[in-house]
Amino acid sequence: MSFTTALAHHFLPETILTLGVLALILVGSFRGSRAFGLVNELAIGLLGLAILSLLFGGDTQASLFEGAFVDDAFGRFVKILTLLGSLVTIIMSRDYLQRAKLGNFEFPILVVLSTIGMLLLVSADNLIALYLGLELMSLALYVAAAFARDDARASEAGLKYFVLGALSSGMLLYGASLLYGFAGTISFDGIAKSITGAPPLGVVFGLVFVLAGLAFKMSAAPFHMWTPDVYEGAPTPVTAFFASAPKMAAVAITARIVMTAFPGVAAQWQQIVIFLAIASMLLGAFAAIGQTNIKRLMAYSSIGHMGFALVGLAAGDEAGVRGVAIYLAIYLVMTLGAFAAILQMRVEGRPVEKIADLSGLSRNNGTAAFYLAMLMFSLAGVPPLAGFFAKYYVFLAAVDAGLYALAILGVAASAVSAFYYLRVVKVMYFDEPAPAFDHSPLSLRAVLAVSTIFLLGFWVYPAPVVEAATAAAKSLF
Amino acid sequence: MAVGLTHYLVVAAILFTLGVAGIILNRKNIIIILMSVELILLAVNINLVAFSAALGDLTGQVFALFILTVAAAEAAIGLAILVTYFRNRGTIAVEDINSLKG
Repeated sequence: MSFTTALAHHFLPETILTLGVLALILVGSFRGSRAFGLVNELAIGLLGLAILSLLFGGDTQASLFEGAFVDDAFGRFVKILTLLGSLVTIIMSRDYLQRAKLGNFEFPILVVLSTIGMLLLVSADNLIALYLGLELMSLALYVAAAFARDDARASEAGLKYFVLGALSSGMLLYGASLLYGFAGTISFDGIAKSITGAPPLGVVFGLVFVLAGLAFKMSAAPFHMWTPDVYEGAPTPVTAFFASAPKMAAVAITARIVMTAFPGVAAQWQQIVIFLAIASMLLGAFAAIGQTNIKRLMAYSSIGHMGFALVGLAAGDEAGVRGVAIYLAIYLVMTLGAFAAILQMRVEGRPVEKIADLSGLSRNNGTAAFYLAMLMFSLAGVPPLAGFFAKYYVFLAAVDAGLYALAILGVAASAVSAFYYLRVVKVMYFDEPAPAFDHSPLSLRAVLAVSTIFLLGFWVYPAPVVEAATAAAKSLF
Repeated sequence: MAVGLTHYLVVAAILFTLGVAGIILNRKNIIIILMSVELILLAVNINLVAFSAALGDLTGQVFALFILTVAAAEAAIGLAILVTYFRNRGTIAVEDINSLKG
């Protein structure tokens, strides 16, 4: 396959975004401080174009650039999710950033750059591609976290994220160097072929370090320390971005690397994934109970949800990966919806973020309260909302794989976490009203409405998501 | 005594451990954390180059070059974030990074 055919047929979204972001930087530098609106809209257009190129592109599987990347159904499924997350974040961020005097054209550019990193990460097929994709994603995210550079809390969040992120990349790299040395190759297939019989100790160590590095990026306990602080300190649109797109990419590459590179050491990695899943689910369930800040609550909620997604991965078979893919899709919609609601929390022009500020929302703004209540029910996993089906598919895979204890712990953690989701509903419907929120822009109300309607209607017609996830899971095996 | 692969791996492992310990134990100064991050990346490079020589395969050295490049970018971003933090808070002591609980 020639270089240009590979770019045009299997690497089109990455090509579009890479060329586009260069143009965006030029537009931004020439127009200077007036460029924010234009660059914002162009970035939305670019991400939309990339999604379209994936939806209407080819559906063949191919290995690209001497085996550095692979283009398959799993990659395409997660790429669409990632791009959607970035796209909706940019749409939601505009109003907030302009009011906070953060309307600089660099923000959409950082989001697009980070998205390119995620796309490369999702389709990586050897360790160098994995590392470079991960770093492109992370470096842009570090800057985005500290984007409000006159805000002490945001720069502290950025600093914390940077230090812990750099440590996690270092651990991942150390693992990658051990894998290279003991397997003799960096390609995922090659690593899988080199492991026959009892794996050498170096490979097992490498596996542990690589998984620890990836767990940092998806904020699975016990590597979650940065999550609550960064979520609270960063500007809310940045938090929305952190909670959506990078998680898709991190979970997807974890699934890809354990399924394609480590089928020979399944017993070892399953232990690690089960431990990560249990720790994340329990931490997400219990640590969130005492939170008063809604962004911190969402941080612990996202840790818990990553635990649930890892339950599917722990099953280690096609049904498990299908469960993970469905979980990611539904989690993305729930998170974006929840952050659309959080971004609407603004009293007399100032953003507020306490759960108590939601008091009596049902009397001030019944529609928003209804949508947010449905989102909370879905996050808690109440049937027939989509959040229930997300959990159903991963637990089903775990039970079929004989992991009964894991599934039971998961259901218990889910029941505990329902407490704090339902508390938000209780505050909105039964407490005395707090000051009413300002009228919010159309973009936020639209995202909130669309995501809630998706969650409410998922059970009527789940086929498109489930079928795409099934095809995605099949391509990994 | 001939210096073999094991010696390089031990040096790299010691450097890596020192780097991680430098990040976790250090209570003084964020610049030291940045230095520790570099130490970790250089330990990895020693590992890769040693493996590359032992296996007779160039991939490891290519990987090491990529890491050097990324490490430079990472240090630049780290220092930039550190500067904005210092402008806001007037300190870079690790024990003062506590305005967000956790």
